[in-house]
Amino acid sequence: MTASRKFLKGNEAVVYGALAAGCRCYFGYPITPQNDIPELMSSEMVKVGGQFVQAESEVGAANMLLGAAACGVRAFTSSSSPGVSLMQEAISYMAGSELPGVIVNMARGGPGLGDIGSSQGDYFQAVKGGGHGDYRCYVLAPATCQEAYDHMIEAFDVAYAWRVPVLVLGDAILGQMKEPVTTWTPDVNADAGKDWRLEGASGRPERLLKSLFLEDGALAGHNAKLQTRYRDMQPLSRLETVGVDDAELVIVAFGTIGRIARSAASQLRKQGHKVGVARPVTLFPFPVAQLQALAVPGRRFLTIEQNCGQMVEDVRLALAGKAEVAFHGHLPGNLPNPDEFIQPILDALAAKA
Amino acid sequence: MTSINLAALQQEGYTEVATLPEVLADRPMHYCPGCHHGIAHRLVAEALEELGQVERTICVSSIGCSVFIYNYMHLDTVEAPHGRAAAVATGVKRARPDAFVFTYQGDGDLASIGLAESMHCANRGEKLSIVFINNTVYGMTGGQMAPTTLPGQKTTTSPGGRCASTEGLPLKMAEIMAGLGGVAYSARVATTSLKRIVEAKKAIKAAFQCQIDGRGFGFVELLSACPTNWRMTPLQANERVEKELIPYFPLGVFKDDANDPACSVSGGDS
Repeated sequence: MTASRKFLKGNEAVVYGALAAGCRCYFGYPITPQNDIPELMSSEMVKVGGQFVQAESEVGAANMLLGAAACGVRAFTSSSSPGVSLMQEAISYMAGSELPGVIVNMARGGPGLGDIGSSQGDYFQAVKGGGHGDYRCYVLAPATCQEAYDHMIEAFDVAYAWRVPVLVLGDAILGQMKEPVTTWTPDVNADAGKDWRLEGASGRPERLLKSLFLEDGALAGHNAKLQTRYRDMQPLSRLETVGVDDAELVIVAFGTIGRIARSAASQLRKQGHKVGVARPVTLFPFPVAQLQALAVPGRRFLTIEQNCGQMVEDVRLALAGKAEVAFHGHLPGNLPNPDEFIQPILDALAAKA
Repeated sequence: MTSINLAALQQEGYTEVATLPEVLADRPMHYCPGCHHGIAHRLVAEALEELGQVERTICVSSIGCSVFIYNYMHLDTVEAPHGRAAAVATGVKRARPDAFVFTYQGDGDLASIGLAESMHCANRGEKLSIVFINNTVYGMTGGQMAPTTLPGQKTTTSPGGRCASTEGLPLKMAEIMAGLGGVAYSARVATTSLKRIVEAKKAIKAAFQCQIDGRGFGFVELLSACPTNWRMTPLQANERVEKELIPYFPLGVFKDDANDPACSVSGGDS
């Protein structure tokens, strides 16, 4: 493992993280605010001898990803919210066929064409399946450019270890901001997928990757297997906490909003308010046990999201009535800043929310 | 599965005149009597064997009756979503440039829901092959109107017959593909008689050869019978291909860069 320091945009960190992870195929389609990814990939992928394809649509890109993943070759696609909606078909098929595709969503405002600013309005789509059928993606929510880099490496490892699609859910803020990133190169397990990947049936029986199960009981068995896998993945869940030990109020927020909430909490700490922050780093599996452990008597929770209230439902499910959970939604379309979170936090502290 | 004791039969004086290609599974097909998928499967299998491609082949199956091609071919196979086979095949070929990659798709899949994926794959000149089965209806879902349904043809969604003024005219895919820059070979064939079957196999091998030589995208359209959804006997359906389909969908080679080097988009397999 070799490390060096670079000054990168979040979108660029995604590219270099993927290449460090051994990604050798990229399929994309232009959409703001993730265009730096296909633009940079079009030259960087060629340098490592990989394949770059500008697809005819996000539908095409996601299905090219399905094909490359079926070959056990590390590949990913990226887009932003409206484009990721178009990819849901292929993501469902990848989940059903147990294919390790990696998808990056640098989310923007919605519904519909929305805007090109940051938003967390795709939380439900990301963590509840998104397409048809009972399936989940492993979902990472980077808050820094360093995490954007590191999460791409983790995304491929998890995708291949568990044979599930992995979604990296960033937003316009993360994609466009620039920060120092320590780049590093992991050891890639070249054997991952060697017992299922397609390469031509030379000297062995043929292999089949599919999601159609028509025989009596076959689909039920397949779904049971997938559900067991999702349950077994629960220990991979992660929650980052700051200042929660003595906190009267814990703010739960993910991605860049988790980071902005931390700035607000830090300001309030200086004024003597006992406020902590809990940031889910994995959105699926959701850090249920870690959140429950924080629900001591008398402590309240406030979920802050840049949407109209999505993750708050999972926070309430996790805490199962053991603590009060208030919600503050910063509407997509407005760029958030820490000062705007101060009053909602004070209101929640005073139990007015 | 029944196995034949060839040695015993030969002792009785029988002579072996034909064998199944090894890549073709020795199992009864689910296709309806008179359906041409079985012939097409066999031609693909023979072409792969004769060109020595079986062991490096990855098949991309599509949605429709032929989704089960993987039950009949001993090939590594991935199942594509409806219409997306050409995009999936692009991903497969880019990930494994040394593999021989082909899709097998019906008319609803390729020419309707998958038109964008199919045409852009062809236009990029992906080094892969598409076997396109045109039987003028959606077969598996019960005989609805397809983009290739003939004018006046009655289907479950065009009960009065396809009306050109409201439903358009059938897409001639082999001609459309021939007009795209990345296409090295495009032909339309039929499998209604022994003579046509021989020609069809020649076309499939020519399309496959484009990929082996790295010359570009190869496309073969097979006019096929669907007796069940045409409400016909196998013989009537076979006759319909000759009398109704071929006049609208002319047979022939619409592009072959082996005969026209100016059409070639690439000097070799990249």
